[in-house]
Amino acid sequence: MPNRSQIEARAALLRQRFEVAGGVVVDPPLLQSADVLLDLYGEDIRARAYVTSDALRGEQMLRPDFTLPVVEMHMKGGAEPARYTYSGQVFRRQEHDLDRANEFLQVGYEVFDRNDPAEADAEVFALFHLQLRGLELRVATGDIGILMAAVEGLNTTEVRKAALRRHIWRPRRFRALLDRFAGRTAMPESRKKLLSTSGPLTGSAVEIGKRSTAEIDERVETLRQDAAAPVISEHEMAALEALLAVRETVPYAMEQMHDIAVDLPAILPALDRLEARAAAMKARGIDVDRLDFEASYGRTSMEYYDGFVFGFYAERRPDLPPVASGGRYDALTRLLGQGSEIPAVGGVIRPDLILTLEGEARA
Amino acid sequence: MSIKLGVPSKGRLMEKTFDWFAKRGITLSRSGSDREYAGAVDGVEGVDLVLLSAGEIPRELAAGRIHLGVTGTDLVHEKLPRWEQQVEELEPMGFGEADLILAVPQFWIDVETLEDLDAVAAAFRRTHGHRLRIATKYHRLIREFLTDAGVADYQLVDSQGATEGTVKNETAEMIADITSTGETLRANHLKILSDGLVLRSQATLWRSRVAKCTAAEKAALKTLLAQIEA
Repeated sequence: MPNRSQIEARAALLRQRFEVAGGVVVDPPLLQSADVLLDLYGEDIRARAYVTSDALRGEQMLRPDFTLPVVEMHMKGGAEPARYTYSGQVFRRQEHDLDRANEFLQVGYEVFDRNDPAEADAEVFALFHLQLRGLELRVATGDIGILMAAVEGLNTTEVRKAALRRHIWRPRRFRALLDRFAGRTAMPESRKKLLSTSGPLTGSAVEIGKRSTAEIDERVETLRQDAAAPVISEHEMAALEALLAVRETVPYAMEQMHDIAVDLPAILPALDRLEARAAAMKARGIDVDRLDFEASYGRTSMEYYDGFVFGFYAERRPDLPPVASGGRYDALTRLLGQGSEIPAVGGVIRPDLILTLEGEARA
Repeated sequence: MSIKLGVPSKGRLMEKTFDWFAKRGITLSRSGSDREYAGAVDGVEGVDLVLLSAGEIPRELAAGRIHLGVTGTDLVHEKLPRWEQQVEELEPMGFGEADLILAVPQFWIDVETLEDLDAVAAAFRRTHGHRLRIATKYHRLIREFLTDAGVADYQLVDSQGATEGTVKNETAEMIADITSTGETLRANHLKILSDGLVLRSQATLWRSRVAKCTAAEKAALKTLLAQIEA
């Protein structure tokens, strides 16, 4: 196992290379307002971040990653375009696996640039690729933007699309909703009964709590409209399922998705973006023809990525978390930007894992 | 030295625990005044009684400060992550039965399932500008249950007692709590979600996997367990 000073030395080297690439060094605080994190992730963040508090500032969290504070900092008045790099500790609460580190160093690089997103994606990916050269790693890439475009393009109601959009990062609930909207699962008896009754529905039950009768009536009306709306066609479902299952090298994946786009034409602009990115990566010396692409990649990692996503994995150590990972998070800048937004992409590397793998390769 | 048996220090849970051991030929008793948490064990050698709050027993077992303990499944699962590695479940005791459930106001006629709850939580947040609040003291169990079910846009607010009243007081929109008959829920105009059963709990005898034992203590433990299982 590498010791602390070895890890810090490697972190410094990694950060230096990001500086050479144009990253301005930033050093956000360790403590972050819990409100922002809770707003973004909900209660799930409590399983992942350490919480502390004082009487004046209320709940604070030990930073579980850098992206959020870097975005906040940039949105408060960073110049454009901007490239940042950082190196420091992050903290992850562990409740199930004692072997997973609860404190480790991350070195990252983030690009805020509205000029050419494909070029920015390629720049970030190529930099990480270079930093990890010499290690035997499996590289995974994907693009959440294609899936989002597919949902947007479904021939169904706005309410259903919003529900699906909300659960893109929770694949199981997403699947359940999809099956419901396609009429594949039967409506629960309770809902059938509710929709078959008319007149004042709440009856004799006492109205308590902050959720009002008006809100309940509104939901019942939404459910009625949903029950009357046609189901998502089998045709579209089959195309969506084929899309979710795409797992190929980039050129073959592109070919498959162009076939799928015959039934889901809404994904075409997203495929054009993928093609532009692949070209930009190729220009930077990445062997795109042998690069893997998974349409579902990046959906389960509790992240905010909404476009290009990537991860580098130690194939011989499946027990380890990714050595590096990253992606595009345009929507996050919108959420934290209070009216402004900027396309952004970035990633992080773990120097401790690099050293561990190098040590194993030598042994 | 003797092995230490941790038992709830008051109320029905204590009485029922005493009865359960009495049926197996072991007499537990509180010594001295009602305020003093000391006790005695008759009918088996080498066992000390430690009276504790039921909520503290999981922690004492995990720390190895008691060898055996009586407390609810709910408390062990809530307070001890990876509980299987810290304690062993010896005997379900057949009392203190309670279900950890999710309950919403009865007049929410549009909410019967977790799927409904998730949709309502999203709408609630849009309307009120904050996440739908669930009052509970079982933070970890409820969070894991809801994550697993893919429910989002809720917020857990801490409630250590009179949880059923929080909805009426508008400090929460719904609750997650234990119930045995559902009477208190009904009296507070609440109903259980059809797929909202998180855990079935009952009073259980647990053995600490970390408490150290001398040879004599091991023998005492063995005798005690043989007598219980007989």
